[in-house]
Amino acid sequence: MKFILNFWVELGNWLEGVLSGWGVPTWGVNLIIDIVVVLILLIVGIMAVLIFTPMERKVIARMQDRPGPNRVWPYGVLIALADAIKMLTKEDITPRKADRALHMLAPLLVTIPALLVFAVLPFGFRVIGQDLNVGVLFILAISTIHVLAILIAGWGSNNKFALLSAFRVVNQLLAYEIPMVLCILAVVLLTRTMSTQGIVEAQTIPFFLVMPIAGMIFLICAMAEANRSPVDLLEADSEMVAGYMVEYSGMKFAMFFIAEYVNMFAIAIIISTLFLGGYKFFGLEDVAPVLSPFIVFAKAVFVIFLMLWFRGTFPRMRFDQLVSFAWKFLVPLGLVNLMLAALVVKIPAANPSTVPWIQGAVMLAGNLIIIAVAFLILNRTARRVDGPSALKRIVATER
Amino acid sequence: MLSDYNFIGVFVIVAIIFPFVALGLAWLLRPKKPNPVKTDTYECGLQTTGETWVQFRAQYYIYALVFVVFDIEAVFLFPWAVAYSKVGLYAWVEAFIFLAVLTVGLAYAWRKGALRWQ
Repeated sequence: MKFILNFWVELGNWLEGVLSGWGVPTWGVNLIIDIVVVLILLIVGIMAVLIFTPMERKVIARMQDRPGPNRVWPYGVLIALADAIKMLTKEDITPRKADRALHMLAPLLVTIPALLVFAVLPFGFRVIGQDLNVGVLFILAISTIHVLAILIAGWGSNNKFALLSAFRVVNQLLAYEIPMVLCILAVVLLTRTMSTQGIVEAQTIPFFLVMPIAGMIFLICAMAEANRSPVDLLEADSEMVAGYMVEYSGMKFAMFFIAEYVNMFAIAIIISTLFLGGYKFFGLEDVAPVLSPFIVFAKAVFVIFLMLWFRGTFPRMRFDQLVSFAWKFLVPLGLVNLMLAALVVKIPAANPSTVPWIQGAVMLAGNLIIIAVAFLILNRTARRVDGPSALKRIVATER
Repeated sequence: MLSDYNFIGVFVIVAIIFPFVALGLAWLLRPKKPNPVKTDTYECGLQTTGETWVQFRAQYYIYALVFVVFDIEAVFLFPWAVAYSKVGLYAWVEAFIFLAVLTVGLAYAWRKGALRWQ
């Protein structure tokens, strides 16, 4: 019974036992287990592409009142597999004028960090690639390589559209990194650890309920970093074809495609780890740890559905507004939230068991006040810029 | 502590192998018939004119500079956040002054129009 309930951890122990029984030295056992775990994580990451491409196309299609892919097997669920086969057999064209080395390097450089992030994502208690003590910092450091890869792709293609995209990388991805870091800092302040598993363990209440500001900022920034519509200004197809991907075809294009979906999945798991309680779900993870990866998946699918919902609902932002939004709204808001967290953590409490609840309540109250003040300021600014009757004018034209 | 990174090392190696395997498989399967039209620069059918590799505008560097300031701040604040429960009043006040200086820096950049898109 214990074996089934704690399946993932027991499986590792069993494999270790079998290998040592065969007389494999300790370093060999560790190496083999590492390789097995890496392969499992890679397969989980790649499977995300096969699962979330049909999901995205179906969900978006339903939101736009059309059936979406419905030919490949029942309900078109195998459309991703058909896409993969097509990508494999497509001719790979390198433009004459492109910088061949950079053109080749970019798809590699975009895939590798997208997969590497999975090394520190917790799928359950002790069900984690490696619980680094600087896990969050590792995620930030690795995912930044992605910026460089897109810059290289845009510059190396020797194409005007790709170059425009490379320009935008500098602004968009760098601007949205800062509020993201500030939100993670607030989480680290409350949990006092940078290890991803430690953050989940320290979350008595999901942090999205404790500090909705940080959660929302992180979600917006994550969408900007993963280059999802409505903030997909890097590839905005109505403005510059496909941005940095214009000159890519065949498997090299597929690499960007895979990286985008793996990134999206990883970011959904990061959001559920930092803000939605990770593998915890009302004590279910203690009763049956075997279910914890599925809890994480369920939360990730929910976050991805939110992203698709945003994509189906909001129009694409204008570029200068996008950058201003990051620097003039999200960064100050993130800073204020960080300062609030720093104050709240120092609240003295008589009984240690009530600490998270008191902190959570004060933090939530502070957050709501900050949101109210922020929207008051926004409202006044909007009135100054657009005139007092902007909203009335819009309503009038709607009628 | 350092042995934690064995796993990361294995992961890096496998993650580097993966795209090479995928690209190699495609290299075996795909047709290879380039011609001058195919390898031309694709700009929606129009002939490309002028030099593509031009200089970035100075505006981008200003944004990048503000970014560097904040990113370095993050590097300093992460250890502070982890050790927060152990630090005394001195470090607490100091970190707030640090954050305040940063905020003033952002306000200055804002005021000077560095964050205005032209």
